[in-house]
Amino acid sequence: MKPHFFALPRLSLRFIPIWQRHFLVWKKLAITSILGHLADPLIYMLGLGYGLGSLLPEMGGTSYLVFLAAGTLCYSTMNSASFEALYSCFARMHEQRTWDAILNTPVTLDDIVLSEVVWATSKSFMSGLAVLAVIWLMGLSHSVLSLWLIPLSLLVGLCFASLGLIMTALAPGYSFFMYYFTLVITPMMLLSGVFFPVTQMPALLQTLSAVLPLSHAVDIARPLMNGAIPPDLLLHIAVLLGYALFGFYVSLVLFRRRLSQ
Amino acid sequence: MNAVIYAQNLHKSYADLKVVDGLNLAIKQGECYGLLGPNGAGKTTTLRLLLGLIEPDSGVLELRGHAVPQQARAARLRVGVVPQMDNLDPDFTVTENLLVYGRYFGMKDDEIEARIPMLLDFANLTHKRDAKIPTLSGGMKRRLTLARALVNDPEIIFLDEPTTGLDPQARHLIWQRLRELTAQGKTLLLTTHFMDEAERLCHRLAILNQGRMIAEDTPQALIAQHIEPQVVEVFGEQVTQWAQEHAAQFSRRFEVSGETAFCYVDDAQPLLAHLHGHDALRYLHRPANLEDVFLKLTGREMRE
Repeated sequence: MKPHFFALPRLSLRFIPIWQRHFLVWKKLAITSILGHLADPLIYMLGLGYGLGSLLPEMGGTSYLVFLAAGTLCYSTMNSASFEALYSCFARMHEQRTWDAILNTPVTLDDIVLSEVVWATSKSFMSGLAVLAVIWLMGLSHSVLSLWLIPLSLLVGLCFASLGLIMTALAPGYSFFMYYFTLVITPMMLLSGVFFPVTQMPALLQTLSAVLPLSHAVDIARPLMNGAIPPDLLLHIAVLLGYALFGFYVSLVLFRRRLSQ
Repeated sequence: MNAVIYAQNLHKSYADLKVVDGLNLAIKQGECYGLLGPNGAGKTTTLRLLLGLIEPDSGVLELRGHAVPQQARAARLRVGVVPQMDNLDPDFTVTENLLVYGRYFGMKDDEIEARIPMLLDFANLTHKRDAKIPTLSGGMKRRLTLARALVNDPEIIFLDEPTTGLDPQARHLIWQRLRELTAQGKTLLLTTHFMDEAERLCHRLAILNQGRMIAEDTPQALIAQHIEPQVVEVFGEQVTQWAQEHAAQFSRRFEVSGETAFCYVDDAQPLLAHLHGHDALRYLHRPANLEDVFLKLTGREMRE
């Protein structure tokens, strides 16, 4: 680790043409991509919501379907950001050598990493919007406050895009990402109150849950769905932003090291 | 100092390996300059250092008058790069690759689109303008990579082994294009393993070995300076025995490599007359070339 790896990010607007590049690639497969954004959360929400929901009493003062919808919005955004920041970003960096091509222009590595964060956030935002559209169309939320779920989905995307990039910067190959999904993403989904209230878990797991970013996302989303202002809102936002900044900086340092080889 | 590419006492090590070890370069505008060397000689690392993609351990670097790596971004605005491995965007068409790449230089879309017909023509790819990258041949990809490196109208073009892996026809077309670029006054810095390529294209070239420059001059001067003018290659099963007995007598210097004896001579006639009497041996008489210089200076053993 050399000192210049730790320099503060030097960001410029030159990340925009890279974002445009990713968007142009996405546009070519847009329909498949949008269907993908819709299918997975719909299957979970309808399957679990109606199937399991019919067996369950009200949860947190709402039907199970409404309870689940808030969690689905968050984890679906998380998944989409993570996949983009891991698999797609790795392909661009390693397999297609897109980064190498871009680095020969006046664009710097800092610009590229910023473009990857912004792009993965954008893509997960589309995923979040797809789930929100379903929520509104199904009439699961009637509150104006649910409009705040739009910026929330951006914040959740940003948080997990940044965290995911740390793994990409460290990955020797695609198989490495299985660790992240099985050891981080899946447990996070189960411990963050997506499918059932955190209070159902033993105290130790509740403590663990309190430090997970997805819990904070769900704690914002669920009250908003029901038309209430979330308690401790600023704390939750600060945690998500903190994880985002941490992920961005650490991944940038690691990418600088990786590409100096 | 009127060098557009300048390096002074450049050093770069990875772990304990000195990849670039005290390199000096001063390349003038309009020159086609070649970096030659066996694998691991530090050619690609030198290019990456000059572009400001990696930090040197020590030394002074300037590209187009900008200090590198500090002002590498400004320097790269008018530099084009043809990398060793193709990294075209596989999801895009030929035209889209040029458009998207031009944007990285801050060019406006209409500015790039105005240049695209000329670039496609230069690369002989006008008929493939809407083709996807995976459908192109190796030579076409290489030409597109060259066209892409010209999208920003660069003053300097870096070419890292531009013809490796191409068939002879494709190589000749690339050579022709590189000569056109030199004629336009562009500065070219190229690395290559192909001595004929370097001999044809380069005004000056440097031979690198283990990160150090061991010779630098025009191709003709290097040949005149380092090697005897004539070479007779003698081959056949009994060549080792023949070489031990006779080669020294007829040549200033000789080397045996596998089943070939390389005899370096000022006048080949006595040796050729002698060889007429040996039916089991075949031979090839030719003028000395850059490959002879290269092998003499860097040795014949494999670098892996």
